[in-house]
Amino acid sequence: MAIGVPVRIKVDAEKCEGHSRCYALAPELVDVDDLGNAFELNDGEVPEGLEDKAKLIVDNCPEYAITIEED
Amino acid sequence: MTDTVDRSTDPVADATPERCPIHDLASDYDMFDPDYLRDPFSAWAELRNACPIAHTDRYGGSWLPTRYDDLQAMAKMVPVLSSKSPIVIDMPDALVKKDSTGYNAASPISADPPEQGWTRRALLPHFTPKGIAAERTYSEQLCHELIDGFIEEGKCDAAVDYAQQIPPRVIARKLGVDESMVDDFIEWVRGVLELGLQQPELRAKYRDIIRDFFAAEVADRRQNPKDDLITALCQTEHEGELLPDDVVVGMCNLQLVAGIDTTWSSIGSALWHFAGHDDDRRRMVDQPELWDTAIEELLRFYAPVTMARNATEDVEYGGVTFKKGDKILMNFPGANHDPDHFENPHEVQLDRQRNRHIAFGVGIHRCAGSNLARMEMEVALKTWFERIPEFTLSDPDAVTWAGGQVRGPRIVPVTFG
Repeated sequence: MAIGVPVRIKVDAEKCEGHSRCYALAPELVDVDDLGNAFELNDGEVPEGLEDKAKLIVDNCPEYAITIEED
Repeated sequence: MTDTVDRSTDPVADATPERCPIHDLASDYDMFDPDYLRDPFSAWAELRNACPIAHTDRYGGSWLPTRYDDLQAMAKMVPVLSSKSPIVIDMPDALVKKDSTGYNAASPISADPPEQGWTRRALLPHFTPKGIAAERTYSEQLCHELIDGFIEEGKCDAAVDYAQQIPPRVIARKLGVDESMVDDFIEWVRGVLELGLQQPELRAKYRDIIRDFFAAEVADRRQNPKDDLITALCQTEHEGELLPDDVVVGMCNLQLVAGIDTTWSSIGSALWHFAGHDDDRRRMVDQPELWDTAIEELLRFYAPVTMARNATEDVEYGGVTFKKGDKILMNFPGANHDPDHFENPHEVQLDRQRNRHIAFGVGIHRCAGSNLARMEMEVALKTWFERIPEFTLSDPDAVTWAGGQVRGPRIVPVTFG
């Protein structure tokens, strides 16, 4: 990840099965609905300093539902 | 695994054409073997290389995949790999009750779509991180009370006196049944799943006890609604109709068979790990900020649950043919040790970053109670470490492991300080 470049996360609602592991690891970045399915907070924009947490939830999703996009 | 077999000369392969060629682990694994229960990891490693979808004739026959990619793919083979009979050993026909719809059911775990979908949607709102807030508060209080009960003695059985005590109480509270039922719940669950797995009469006996108990509870809630899960399920509608009693009873049954010995196995395995690995225990004392990744790592490494599927038709996958009716063990614990997906999988790394473990399964049957289980594990371990930061395994030889579908330690004697 390049320094200073905004990082966005994207949750693929089709792939998400509601494990909520992203929410357990990074409630600053995602929330979950009534079925436990995740959605991005703040349009997916990752606040500065939380880039490692964004990477962590990508690497902990068993459904491969979360991706990181650099603007 | 099938392309090297010369079927004209190999009598074993000749008799069992879909299987691996030699009489060994790959064609004769035993999920109840004490050595396998103590150390399934080396067996999975051997199979993953030699025969990644192994077969055994034991206990009615089953297939055992060990690769992560295969488990991921097979979990999504719905409904050709059906979940209607998720127990590894089928009940003999004589003991199967066919007189009442759903008698043996525990939806959504024992259902395929579409029933799986609507029963799951009825259940999930009660098990989101926010839906279990009340259980978190209760669990914190409970864990302190349990520790109060033995801390002065300077020792306890971390499995029997602690791990095993937590999930049945949390589930009883969630369901809205009296806490005095807890000892019965423990006996019933072991009767159905642990001891009953190889003893069908015992399993049928406890199946009927559980069903009769919840049928009475559901009838009561229809008349006297309370603020609990049983009432909530009784009041849930599907396509304009209230969920039928049989379905609600099955969903209550699910709370017992899926929500108790599974979670106590995870808590027990974690305490067993720390009691015997002083470096890791000290690391958690010094770096409590690691709990988030540590819990996921302990879930990965000691994943307790293996569910089963049945092929609904002949289906080829990964070089083998599952015949219609064949039983497939969804070896999620084995997948979690696949070196293709986990760096140094045989090490517990409490700060593991890349960890797409599938301890709770994957796909549409992802454990509906996973957030509750994770919360109980987190509260149980954090409270224990807060009160008893120093502890060791006092008698390693006394430790026993239960297995079959739910692997975990049943005796873990520890001393404090």
